[in-house]
Amino acid sequence: MKQPLLDMRGIIKSFSGVRALNGVSIQLDPGEALSICGENGSGKSTLMKVLSGVWPFGSYEGEIYFEGNLVKASSIRDTEALGIVIIHQELALVKELTVLENIFLGNELGSFARLNDEEMHRRTSELLARVKLDVLPDTPIRDLGVGQQQLVEIAKALNKNVKLLILDEPTSSLTTTEIEILLNIVSELKQQGIACIYISHKLEEVLALSNWVTVIRDGDHIDTRSAENLTQNDIISMMVGRELDELFPREEHDIGDVILKVNHATAKQAGASRAQVEDVSFELRQGEILGIAGLIGSGRTELMQCLYGSYDGNYEAEVELHGESLAIRSQRTALEAGIAMVPEDRKRHGIVPIMSVGRNITLSVLSQYSSWFGAINEDQESQDIDNYIAQLKVKTASSELSIKNLSGGNQQKAIIAKCLLTHPKILILDEPTRGIDVGAKYEIYKLMFALVKQGMSIIMVSSELSEVIGISDRVLVMHEGRLKGQFDHQGLTQEMIMNCAIKEDTANV
Amino acid sequence: MFKTMKTSQLQLFAMLAAMLLIVVFFSFATDGAFVSPRNISNLIRQTAIVGVLAIGMVFVIISAEIDLSVGSMMGLLGGIAAILDVWFHFPILFTILITVVSGLVLGLFNGWWVAYQKVPSFIVTLAGMLAFRGILVGLTDGVTVAPTSSSLAIVGQSYIPSGWGISVVALLCLGLVARVYTRRQARQKHGVENQSAKFEYAKATIAVSVLMGLLFILESYRGIPTPILIMGGLILIATYVAKRTAFGRRVYAIGGNIEATRMSGVNVERTKMLVFGFNGMMVAVAALILTSRLGAGSPAAGNMAELDAIAACVIGGTSLAGGVGAVFGAIMGALIMASLDNGMSMLDVPTFWQLIVKGMILLLAVWLDVKTKKAQ
Repeated sequence: MKQPLLDMRGIIKSFSGVRALNGVSIQLDPGEALSICGENGSGKSTLMKVLSGVWPFGSYEGEIYFEGNLVKASSIRDTEALGIVIIHQELALVKELTVLENIFLGNELGSFARLNDEEMHRRTSELLARVKLDVLPDTPIRDLGVGQQQLVEIAKALNKNVKLLILDEPTSSLTTTEIEILLNIVSELKQQGIACIYISHKLEEVLALSNWVTVIRDGDHIDTRSAENLTQNDIISMMVGRELDELFPREEHDIGDVILKVNHATAKQAGASRAQVEDVSFELRQGEILGIAGLIGSGRTELMQCLYGSYDGNYEAEVELHGESLAIRSQRTALEAGIAMVPEDRKRHGIVPIMSVGRNITLSVLSQYSSWFGAINEDQESQDIDNYIAQLKVKTASSELSIKNLSGGNQQKAIIAKCLLTHPKILILDEPTRGIDVGAKYEIYKLMFALVKQGMSIIMVSSELSEVIGISDRVLVMHEGRLKGQFDHQGLTQEMIMNCAIKEDTANV
Repeated sequence: MFKTMKTSQLQLFAMLAAMLLIVVFFSFATDGAFVSPRNISNLIRQTAIVGVLAIGMVFVIISAEIDLSVGSMMGLLGGIAAILDVWFHFPILFTILITVVSGLVLGLFNGWWVAYQKVPSFIVTLAGMLAFRGILVGLTDGVTVAPTSSSLAIVGQSYIPSGWGISVVALLCLGLVARVYTRRQARQKHGVENQSAKFEYAKATIAVSVLMGLLFILESYRGIPTPILIMGGLILIATYVAKRTAFGRRVYAIGGNIEATRMSGVNVERTKMLVFGFNGMMVAVAALILTSRLGAGSPAAGNMAELDAIAACVIGGTSLAGGVGAVFGAIMGALIMASLDNGMSMLDVPTFWQLIVKGMILLLAVWLDVKTKKAQ
């Protein structure tokens, strides 16, 4: 019998008595791709940490064989030496260094005193050609887009003679074109005999890319099936253990008068030649869900930052809320005026990781509970926390648990609770479902419809076109800082949005 | 037992254990002189100055900043107090008021540069460390300002009459037990899991007996030293501010993730500036105690005190990365440092050894902290 490249047998991993993995087994041959699907917290990342050596040999039960040999890794370095490389959701590149320096970081060629620049330059060019990235080796990483950085990570892995490439949510912050390029590269690597483990919530990609799909639920290995003949609905029902009637639970709701007018919004970084937002005007109605689509870098997020007062450059906009003009200079003025925002980058702008779930939820409204000298009425505060945790179905063992221990979906719900406590008239959601499992997504959509039914207005920025179409009443499309199109959701297709978002401009990664 | 403990509790436990170890060691080494009422009274009086500095510093460090100007600022404020008292014969209350207000102003000055002008606090307060010392030497012409009046001596040298002392401590003990009770009630009401009643009341009982024991020891010497009463009051106020006020909550949030806190609509800049202002006031109090104890304002006073304060915070479990720390921990840290100083001096350990030992303890404390966090 032929030996598989990777053979993980009956992996069990417990954390203080709780089983995070309960007997997961996977096998993979060279040149094959396996996708691992499961809700957040199901054990996918734990499995990858076991495989990549973050959890050393001996801290788990079960065996891992790589090329027929038992793996006894004590750190990531050991598994990398074997040819197992993991690329994380959060990219691990040094922004200040160049592409070349990043690729050879820790593996520099030449002697300690003198680096072999020529050889490194030649190898970098080769690697960049292999991942079809058309930049110079001397380009600093910070000048590259997220998609391009992803490719640099892959080039870096190739440089280490990778045999098994693990991609953890590689596309969660990429636009459609960028995703396409990434998927093509991975397919080519497969043809070159490199095996790939792919972790993603995006089931279309999973089906397009992989030979096998493994589903994990609550640490249990549900099934591994051939990707042929598998549908998205099959995977989803395996993941959640129940049939989801539909992905987007659209509910009818009344749309009222215009409550917000934004005219001539312009935003520019100090010293930049091009404005990130240029002369954008739009309206928002009461009870409306307004979707904003566009490639990354099209100015979607920056436009929202102007509305919320968090843009870090110069910005100007004539904003009229309920017919009264409003100068939004800071997050505080926005919140006071009734505009709340769930930011795009949950870890950086959303949560205070070491604080408890409850304290994160009340951070915006502490003064509501404070007496004249600032003492917090904890009784009142706990009541609100309990209410919102129940209402939004935030799954946490206790409101006093650190929020960093929650899954992405539950963190997101807690951040939404924080916004709702300020009783906003307008709620801005920037990529509300990024990196969130299907179950939590569904609940967030449900919540959005419940909120607009109560008369709140929602602006949702999203890179997932199916979501934009499935949830919004109206869709704005941005392109290079300008508003390029407006569509009603009736009869809207993903192609229409993409055509508008890309326009005359060719695909640029 | 250890598995069920939170990190913060484990830390507290480790600190108490370290303290106990130090006390036992020095008691044996000094044939019991270390635990004599006279020495204990001295020891905790020595703790007062670093302790008060640590109360202010802990807020600065929790907000993920640092203040290196504390020592020079204490020297300068002490010098101002001495000048007002010795040269101008100001009434004591005026002297105190002006000193505290000056501390607030100097602190806010530091804070303004850090919060609004975005100059790193390390640099701002390093500049302050140099400049404040310079101002002090300029004001005093480099000579000691002495002798201070007898009324100023009350702040740092007097003792509380025993009747008063006993009632204050009794009140404190009652308050402590009441607080444990009300908190349990509130948590029960909101369905939050309580620790076992036995554990919490045992903790309260230990705290009460320690307070009582301390009172007994102090009373058998001269009574509660005034600086300790001042520090005790500030501990209560600062703990309340840290744990129960919106301001305290925001300071922890800023240290935990300043961007997310700003996105939540918190006035991050103002909060930071106020933290430095609060720290300045604590420095002023420490300066008054120092000047009163020395009976003089000296141009070298407070030299390197910032390092003691920072060390106390860090030994007490405050994270330099921000967001983590407690007033009580910082006080314990100050007490540990003072005990080492005191014990080694009694054993006639040469000064150079004392410095080496203190340095090692600091390193060890943080190393243990890093290790335990990693193990989790």
